[in-house]
Amino acid sequence: MSAAATTSKGWDSPLRRGLMLFAAMFLIVVVVGVTQGTASMLLILVQATAFALIALGLNIQWGYGGLFNFAIMGFLMVGGASTVFLSYPVNPEFWNSDGPMMLGRALLAFLAGLVLVLLARQSHRIGLRGAWKTTLVVLAWFAGYLIYRSQIDPAAAYIESTAGFVGGLGLHPVLGWAFGGLVSAFIAFFIGKISLGLRTDYLAIATIGISEILRALIKNMDWLTRGTMTVSPMPWPTPLPQQLQAMGSSIPESFVLARVWFLVLAVIILVGAFIIVERAYGGPWGRMMRAIRDNHIAASSMGKDVTGRQLELFIFGSVLMGIGGAILATFTQIFDPSGYQPINHTFMIWVMVIVGGAGNNWGVVLGSFLIYIVWIISDPLAQLIFLNLSSVTDSLGWGAIPEIESRSLQMRVFVLGVVITIALRYAPKGLIPEVVRREG
Amino acid sequence: MDELIFFINRVLISGTVLGSIYALGAVGVTLIFGILRFAHFAHGDMMTMGAFVAFVLAAAMTAMGIVTPLPAGFVVLPLAMIITAVLALGLDKGFYAPLRQRGAKPVTLLIASIGVTLMIQGLTRLIFGSGTRTFFDTESKDIFRIDMSWAGGSRPISITEPQVIMFIVTALIVVALHLFLTRSRLGKAMRAMADNAALAQVSGINTALVVRVTWVIAGALACVAGTMLALDVALMPDLAFNIVLPIFAAAIVGGLGHAYGAIVGGFLIAFAETMAVFNWTAVLRPINGLLPEGMALPANLALVPTEYKLTVAFVILVITLLVRPTGIFKGAST
Repeated sequence: MSAAATTSKGWDSPLRRGLMLFAAMFLIVVVVGVTQGTASMLLILVQATAFALIALGLNIQWGYGGLFNFAIMGFLMVGGASTVFLSYPVNPEFWNSDGPMMLGRALLAFLAGLVLVLLARQSHRIGLRGAWKTTLVVLAWFAGYLIYRSQIDPAAAYIESTAGFVGGLGLHPVLGWAFGGLVSAFIAFFIGKISLGLRTDYLAIATIGISEILRALIKNMDWLTRGTMTVSPMPWPTPLPQQLQAMGSSIPESFVLARVWFLVLAVIILVGAFIIVERAYGGPWGRMMRAIRDNHIAASSMGKDVTGRQLELFIFGSVLMGIGGAILATFTQIFDPSGYQPINHTFMIWVMVIVGGAGNNWGVVLGSFLIYIVWIISDPLAQLIFLNLSSVTDSLGWGAIPEIESRSLQMRVFVLGVVITIALRYAPKGLIPEVVRREG
Repeated sequence: MDELIFFINRVLISGTVLGSIYALGAVGVTLIFGILRFAHFAHGDMMTMGAFVAFVLAAAMTAMGIVTPLPAGFVVLPLAMIITAVLALGLDKGFYAPLRQRGAKPVTLLIASIGVTLMIQGLTRLIFGSGTRTFFDTESKDIFRIDMSWAGGSRPISITEPQVIMFIVTALIVVALHLFLTRSRLGKAMRAMADNAALAQVSGINTALVVRVTWVIAGALACVAGTMLALDVALMPDLAFNIVLPIFAAAIVGGLGHAYGAIVGGFLIAFAETMAVFNWTAVLRPINGLLPEGMALPANLALVPTEYKLTVAFVILVITLLVRPTGIFKGAST
């Protein structure tokens, strides 16, 4: 927004436009707060803050670098699972059993498989070339897979039958969030290495496939994540409503207070990330990224390492996604792998970025709050419309509309689709478009 | 012998069923990519839409008291195909054509198709609820049991009536598609445009017509694939959303823009999935007799656990993209 000093007036001035839109959003938040109650407004705000963090991550990837990432859901799950591992209370049953030993053996088996593959990849040194080498590498992968399976399967079965699951380390949740970002970065490195060479639509499909693989893994590795049995309750970094009640505040008050504390923490993280991301955009690094986005051939001929830089972007964006996913999981206090859906956790974030304005961090934050509020309130709104319609049809003698609750929940998905289609058609650059500052 | 029958029942038949569905879906995806140059994510939901159209028609037919020897879902298929094709044309007119006219990049169209996905999915759930339905409420699903006692098998090969019809319909469609693409003027025009759109336009091919025909074919095939899937398993709103990725995997493995490649890719992915989760011990049990004492085969010799069935398609997809991004047959590129 620092570049708003253009001569254009009124709606065209990005600064004014942004201010007006943020004011409008503030008004919507207040209206929601008045109609739905302060506690639910805070609930929406906390989650919207986490989604804004995630959307900033996507903005780095798509807005700055033009990288397609449809694996957001996978990173949110990774963030959630990591924070479970770090912050969930220690499970003594597991540590006192043979579980850690068996897992250690599985790790050794994994390493052995890895060494096997790496050795096979070096087989050209002993004179194997072409098809022979490929065959050897494939065989090594297969053998490595079998070795790993032979150790991990009994270990998983043993842990699931004796201790349920590994449990956590009982550390502070904020550490868990950081860990979520770290693990996401680690995974993003490999995903990026594999898939960033692909063209846009192939990249989209590849990342969506990878995110489904991640989901399948996290959902079915019961020994690590407890799978569909879900992990709850997750500890909060700030006092829980129950703790506040024990300290003597009333029940509604405790919920408001607890969520305010959580919101403050989340907003601090968001603001910190925002400042870093915005500074990076303005600096030479961001300029280089835009150059790569707009013309990667020219950028590479200027000596920029295009794939290396894109990998950087992909990792940075994924870190924010992992942290956001970890915050979401901690806030809802439950980690439920089957609760993750591409619609809620990948496509909605894309809608946030595109509606807000790809490339403009203010726009993206605005878009996240706006879209999340729209997503949440379209359910009660649709219910209201349906109830009225139902009474009309009832009075006409057609009977009431059945299953209003489950149907109006689906209205969200429809509204999301309508919003993105309209945005693409009439405001393809978003509500607050990217401002590219040109000197001179 | 029993082992072979088990193999046929579990792998051959279910693999062919899944392969037919994947192939029909992938042909649509690949045609749209070839002509319009964007990955049409809403294809899975076009399949669901087609299945629901067929479902409504079948329900209406049963309500009118018309009884046919074939399952109602198949009798109404031609009409449902036409309706879905018209709906597909409408989707193009409403959502994709304006973006194309503005000269939007393929990426924008891809995102728009996700918007369409969300809308179709929201609407189908809004209208039909999110529960599971079946075409076989009023009629029973016939199961053919081919007795194999003449060959020394104790169990029969079993195949359901919809599966038999499904094989026939798929074969017919593949042949018809082949004839259309190679013999008819319009089919040749389509292949020419997939090859080089600008050249096709300057040589006098009516590209607008080709685009419309593409949507008609893609819509009709999506309807068939969706209805088949619903007949074989059950009808639910997120039916096709779950298989749109394997379908894309099939189209990419076959080479995007390549109709025959899509068919091959569909069957390849389907068989890879079924064989990866198949418990090979069931077939290899006779070997136990040959093995030395104490070296029996483990009870479960599946390559991957059943929960990871869908993952197989993605792994194949990722490997294909890495090793040979253009697919088995050389695919189109933008």
